[in-house]
Amino acid sequence: MSHIDAALRDLRSLESLARRDTPLAQVDPRAKLVATLAFIVAVVSFDRYTVAALLPFAAYPAVLAAMAEVPWRLLVRKLLIAAPFAVMVGLFNPLLDSAPQLVLGSIPVSGGWLSFASILLRFALTVSAALVLVATTGLYPLCVALGRLGVPWVFTNQLLFLFRYAFVLGGEASRMATARLLRANGRPLRLASYGPLVGHLLLRSLERAQRVHQAMVARGFDGRLRSHRQLRWTARDSVFVLGWCGFFLLARSVNLPQWLGEVAGA
Amino acid sequence: MHMADALLSPAVGATMWVASGALLAFSARQLRERGEDHLVPLMGVLGAFVFAAQMINFAIPATGSSGHLGGGLLLAILLGPHAAFIVIASVLTVQALFFADGGLLALGANIFNLGVFPCFIAYPLVYRLVAGAAGSPGRIVAGSVAAAVVGLQLGSLAVVCQTVASGISSLPFGSFLLLMQPIHLAIGVVEGLATAAVVLFVRRARPDLLAPPPVPAAAAAPEPGMLRPLVAGLAVAAVAAGGVLSWFASSQPDGLEWSIERVAGEEGLPEAGTGVHGALAALQDRLSFLPDYGLPADAQPEVPEAAADAAWPVVDPGTSLAGVVGGAITLCMVWLVTLLMRRRR
Repeated sequence: MSHIDAALRDLRSLESLARRDTPLAQVDPRAKLVATLAFIVAVVSFDRYTVAALLPFAAYPAVLAAMAEVPWRLLVRKLLIAAPFAVMVGLFNPLLDSAPQLVLGSIPVSGGWLSFASILLRFALTVSAALVLVATTGLYPLCVALGRLGVPWVFTNQLLFLFRYAFVLGGEASRMATARLLRANGRPLRLASYGPLVGHLLLRSLERAQRVHQAMVARGFDGRLRSHRQLRWTARDSVFVLGWCGFFLLARSVNLPQWLGEVAGA
Repeated sequence: MHMADALLSPAVGATMWVASGALLAFSARQLRERGEDHLVPLMGVLGAFVFAAQMINFAIPATGSSGHLGGGLLLAILLGPHAAFIVIASVLTVQALFFADGGLLALGANIFNLGVFPCFIAYPLVYRLVAGAAGSPGRIVAGSVAAAVVGLQLGSLAVVCQTVASGISSLPFGSFLLLMQPIHLAIGVVEGLATAAVVLFVRRARPDLLAPPPVPAAAAAPEPGMLRPLVAGLAVAAVAAGGVLSWFASSQPDGLEWSIERVAGEEGLPEAGTGVHGALAALQDRLSFLPDYGLPADAQPEVPEAAADAAWPVVDPGTSLAGVVGGAITLCMVWLVTLLMRRRR
């Protein structure tokens, strides 16, 4: 089943981007996490009709993506895949809120279209920031950072285990689905065979978990993954966080595009 | 259905983060205190299993659509609610990070909607009651379907409440509810059947996995009772926090602030050509990091009223045009900066 393989390839692509040695890869993961969270809070804190003032925020994901050489195409494709829910809910705004909010030249623009545009922008900004965070950091450093910021280790361990075995079990699922497809002669998978198929996948997963656990216990596992990675907070990390947060505060409190437009004489 | 950052206000997002985070910490402590640390590798592999299983779809006859496992309920049946909650939270986190499902701010809401309801409400209060301890096949099917339906109905209700409380979407509560609940009724039935199919298979193949659930029966029995006050307390805290925050937000100038401030700021900004100083002064005024979201109850009547006439003259075509031109300039600048950075390397 090719879509399982495609999903796994997607999962791997972001992580492999983070492995490369870019200037951003050396920034402390905590700094990137904090800056990204500040970014998201700043973006969603605008009121529903804001469009222009959101635009400067595009600098954050764009600059980070450029520094880390994250391919645009990958980001855009992921954005499009994730879009439906926000777009569908947002599409009701133009229908429900038709009071004109502003006039462009001589064309009145309704509040609904403004807020719809705002939702699309928010969506693109917040999602691309999260994707860029992963693509420049990687899950493992991110989990170390989360642990340092007080997230229970049970949860960060869980994330790491999940990520590692997603490829193993995803591959298993893909092979099982392909094997069924080859024997099914084009018939769709029905519930009657779905139970045993997924059930077998579950049993294999459980057996694998048991083997993994025994192997880990044999190597001295006591229920906790230990990190050899030392996080060191340097001046560069402080500059990174303070610089970006300063920019977010500025862009949040001053409508930069408006100001630019007035300077440009419009 | 994943909640999205774009539809959330910071107050609602933060409230859900606090609620989900507290439950996550609570579940992690429960696991540790019960000495169930050995579950950790099992949980990790099962998280990966849910991840993989969600990608296998089965055809629903005569509809042309397909369904798959949600995972939360099945995990709760296999692992007990606490471990299941941590696993489902991790699956949602990986989906948010790598597949852009929802987003980071919405992650708290998604963990709450898709994790808390199936693990802490649908499983102990519905599945265990209906399916019983031994569980005949019929009761397992009935229990799974009932629990999945209850879990998803609560989850989609929560999505509606969070969206409406955030006030970014204009959908009124009633219509959104009518849109979401029937869809999730159907999804719930399908997910319940899928869960039952897998549970029945496991029951035939490895009854030992289901008979003594990893949570010892003795410890599990008082659980719902013990949890209910916690969940209720969290719910009350969440509602109270949301209410207080939204009251703050709506006491700020709202809705029209966007255009009014444009006009007011017009004189203030160019004159503050000294840049930083003016910006900082303006910043201090507006540092209230709350959006002007009001519950639609306030917002809905307010907008049409204001729309009538009094407020609209405030809209200055010149101002709006400046916004568009400036927006284009901003985007060009961002684009140029990134272009230069790519070139340089």
